[in-house]
Amino acid sequence: MPTDELQMQQEQKRRDLIASSGVALSGDTFAFREIESPTQRALRRFRRHRLALFGISLLLFLAIIAIGADILAPYRYSAQDLTRYREGPSPAHWLGTDSYGRDVLSRLMVGARVSLAVGLVAVAIYEAIAIILGSLSGYYGGVVDWIIMRAVDIVMTFPWLIIVVMMVSLLGPSVFNAMLAIGILGWTGPTRLVRGQILAIREMDYVLAARCIGVQSNRIILRHVLPGVVGPLVVNATFGVAGAILTEAGLSFLGLGVQPPMASWGNMMFDAMELTILEGMPWLWVPPGVCIALSVLAINFVGDGLRDALDPKGMLQKK
Amino acid sequence: MTKYIIQRILVSIPVFFGVTLLVFGLYALSPGDPVINIIGYEAYLRMGPEQIQKVRVQFGFDKPWTVRYVRWLGKALQGDLGYPLKGAKPVALQLQERIPPTLLLMGTSLFLALITGIPIGIIMAMKQYSALDMILTVVVFAEMSLPSFFVGLGFIYLFALKLRVLPTYGMQTIGVPFSLVDRLAHLIMPATILGLFSAGTWARYTRASMLDVMRSEYVTTARSKGLREQAVIVRHIFRNALLPVVTIVALELPYLLGGAIITEQIFQWPGIGMLTVKRTSERDFPVLMGVTILSAIMILLSNLLADIAYAVVDPRIRYN
Repeated sequence: MPTDELQMQQEQKRRDLIASSGVALSGDTFAFREIESPTQRALRRFRRHRLALFGISLLLFLAIIAIGADILAPYRYSAQDLTRYREGPSPAHWLGTDSYGRDVLSRLMVGARVSLAVGLVAVAIYEAIAIILGSLSGYYGGVVDWIIMRAVDIVMTFPWLIIVVMMVSLLGPSVFNAMLAIGILGWTGPTRLVRGQILAIREMDYVLAARCIGVQSNRIILRHVLPGVVGPLVVNATFGVAGAILTEAGLSFLGLGVQPPMASWGNMMFDAMELTILEGMPWLWVPPGVCIALSVLAINFVGDGLRDALDPKGMLQKK
Repeated sequence: MTKYIIQRILVSIPVFFGVTLLVFGLYALSPGDPVINIIGYEAYLRMGPEQIQKVRVQFGFDKPWTVRYVRWLGKALQGDLGYPLKGAKPVALQLQERIPPTLLLMGTSLFLALITGIPIGIIMAMKQYSALDMILTVVVFAEMSLPSFFVGLGFIYLFALKLRVLPTYGMQTIGVPFSLVDRLAHLIMPATILGLFSAGTWARYTRASMLDVMRSEYVTTARSKGLREQAVIVRHIFRNALLPVVTIVALELPYLLGGAIITEQIFQWPGIGMLTVKRTSERDFPVLMGVTILSAIMILLSNLLADIAYAVVDPRIRYN
């Protein structure tokens, strides 16, 4: 093999090595290749997750319907037409009418708003609690940490749905109380998450490095510690929304959540406990069930995609 | 070991007080006069203030709720949970009747969930990133995303109403003496529905645990010293990956008990969940308090068992 060819090969290897290390050669001078920001990297990784992309498009579609339900729905969700109750699908009522002659499709559309809102608000409540308690626990440690962690232990062993059912029934069944009950009991998992994350990041070398070059502590918290907490918390919140929607649907199905005439996917299925409806009128209970299942599935897929995209450990390994 | 067990028991005491105090406090502070719940709304309207006051004193509602809590707790610890607002059967006796059906349902569904979820998780981990892993991921997510009541209704529709192979509801056919086949026919649908959600959780947990162990150094060591793949998998991976999975049964229990509420309601399974829903709408507080205390004890006991099981399988726990 001629010498210069060997040299060229070696040169190529060197270039590959340098290129893969994030620094590129341009001519004879070294220049930094454009390094993608964490956001760009997360986006790129998220885009590769096909199920997550499917989930996010489905959610966007649902969100548009939920927001525009008043304009998009063919009828008012509470409008009764007692001459045409429990009618099957027809050109006038695409998904038929319910026991009070209300249009099922319109109720389904308004129900999307209720379900998504309950999920988002309930999770917002408990993630807020979790950020506060988890940070306190993680930063201060000691007695504060001990008390908060024991409280977490206590609430974690609660017979969860039983307490939610009782809270809702004692406070009176309503959308608001359903959100409140789910929100008040859900904070334990994320609190542990925030605390653990803060404890781990506090000890990281880059935090030490920041401290060594004299970065102020509130800047360290904002720029170096909190961003590391956000990722896992967002993933947790996404799965949380899916869980909250399921819980709300279950409560409403039992008659303990959203009350008629307000529509929710859960309470639309309440009637299906009656065997005549279950057997003979599937348009009353199949569409809301499918809606719950699809939206929860979509959110879970998005959560899975976010976990892949935001997991700092996954950055090193190529999938 | 004894010291460890005693320690775990001591830890569960505050949990017990926490749960009961929360529910009792909620009830006491919730809007509405408790006398209404006792005598009914119509009687309440007809009665004069003195009579209402008399009822209030008679049931001890004139005392602050903390005093009432201590009094209730004192009796409850002796097994006296009082009488329900409706009916004459003591709460403790009512609960006693409801425990076996719920335990049967929960036990069967836990068993079904474990024997389906764990193998699925193992397969997913062994074939990570393959098409099979992808398909199973979708299946597992579907399991976790389907509302149990929707699947339940679908099952009743299909198996009971259309195919007519399974009974729609209840625990046994009315008017027919007990038989195992009959009981199983009634049990299969609710147990499957209740187990469905946890099966997904088990699969995902097993997958994560397996992957964790498969990447560890002692597995590499086992492979490099030339062990057969089968031996590596069975003796090194399974053993260490599956033990922690089994010990988290306790963490799943609150969700299983919660799921039982909805499942029992759909299938009219005469357990604790059905009782809870019925009495919740009636605001029958003595019964609800009884349910709270019972479920708290059930969960604490299983937590304790899990802690002990964990210490047995993992000696490191005992020495901490």
